[in-house]
Amino acid sequence: MERIPILRIGTFLLVTIQVDMHDQLALTLQEDLTSMIARVSAGGVLIDISSLEIVDSFIGRTLANIASMARVLDATTVVVGMQPAVAITLVELGMSLPGIRTALNVESGMQYLRDTLADREDEDDWRDYSPQG
Amino acid sequence: MVIMKTLLQTLQDNGDRIVADWTHSLRSATQRKDLLSERDLESQAADLFKAIVKVPAETKISEFGSPAWRPVKDLVATLSVSRANLGFSPTETALFVLSIKPAIFGTIRQEWGSDPDRLFSEITVADSFIDKLSLHSTESYIGGRDRVIARQQEDMLELSTPVVTLWDGIVALPLIGTLDSARTQVVMETLLQAIVDTNSRVAIIDITGVPTVDTLVAQHLLKTITAARLMGAECILSGIRPQIAQTIVHLGIDLQQIATKAKLADAFRLALEQTGRRVTRIDGAQAAQAAKAAKAAL
Repeated sequence: MERIPILRIGTFLLVTIQVDMHDQLALTLQEDLTSMIARVSAGGVLIDISSLEIVDSFIGRTLANIASMARVLDATTVVVGMQPAVAITLVELGMSLPGIRTALNVESGMQYLRDTLADREDEDDWRDYSPQG
Repeated sequence: MVIMKTLLQTLQDNGDRIVADWTHSLRSATQRKDLLSERDLESQAADLFKAIVKVPAETKISEFGSPAWRPVKDLVATLSVSRANLGFSPTETALFVLSIKPAIFGTIRQEWGSDPDRLFSEITVADSFIDKLSLHSTESYIGGRDRVIARQQEDMLELSTPVVTLWDGIVALPLIGTLDSARTQVVMETLLQAIVDTNSRVAIIDITGVPTVDTLVAQHLLKTITAARLMGAECILSGIRPQIAQTIVHLGIDLQQIATKAKLADAFRLALEQTGRRVTRIDGAQAAQAAKAAKAAL
């Protein structure tokens, strides 16, 4: 069966979608990704959709779902490299994906994840050194 | 049933004289020598007359849409459209066809002057035929004008949405003129493509030049901003005039989720902050040195 590979980079997971997404593929990705996040306790997920040229409401909703599920599993999701046409289509479909973080490319998405995770570690440090800790 | 048979025969027999009379009246009528040379005018008249004479004899005037009329109509349309592009007025364009009337009527009178009934019926045929032709001419003229206007609108659409790079990673889109659906589509596409091309994290949409903002325009703007956000760029809306701010609130448009600034300068400052930069004033001695260096560079 066709699958979208999930790469692990440190505490991040990188998913690059390079084929046309069909519904079953999106559902498989959702399942694979959630189980992977749980298994490696990933802190961030980067979904690169720069090669994705066709998108429908189902794919859009699946992306939103993946982000929500990742958040439940304590991972931040960043969708990067959305094409103009895809963005226009999603907006016209009324899907502004308010819960999803976006970035222009993998590099800036990775930077964002590093920054947020660093913040979180800072918070942890602060908790460690607080008088109650 | 009015058919062209006898009229065409008359025209054919007296071709040379009619064309001569026609060009004579064309020259004396309000023709524009500055736009069309006399020789061109004469050759156009001769061509049109040739096309008229070639119309099949059994053709009915009532069937002006039939293929038999096509060559004449096409020729008139081409001439009228070219006149529209050259800057002729509608009257001047219509007069080109209409001024053939005296020439034809004169000929008919010579042929059938002794038979009033026949004279009247032939003149009726010629009259309705030329009227139809001149109406067609005017219609083509307006069609040509419309096409010119449509093309200009398209050109304006392209010209009116420039995306300028303010700084590395900051683009601005100064909007001028009314925003409608078609224009918003172009605006959206241009901005999003510019974001991809310049790899910009912040986009400033400046609406100083937008005269009115209604719910539709606001919705268009929100769509553009949402699409940019989906691609990973933040949008700042700037150039909101006080009247527009009042309109926006009165209409109940929610811009809470969007960074808005009154002036482009404020938006640019915010954009610099968002990308981790700051503009600072340098003090006396350094400033003088920098100014000197700048002058030397010129």
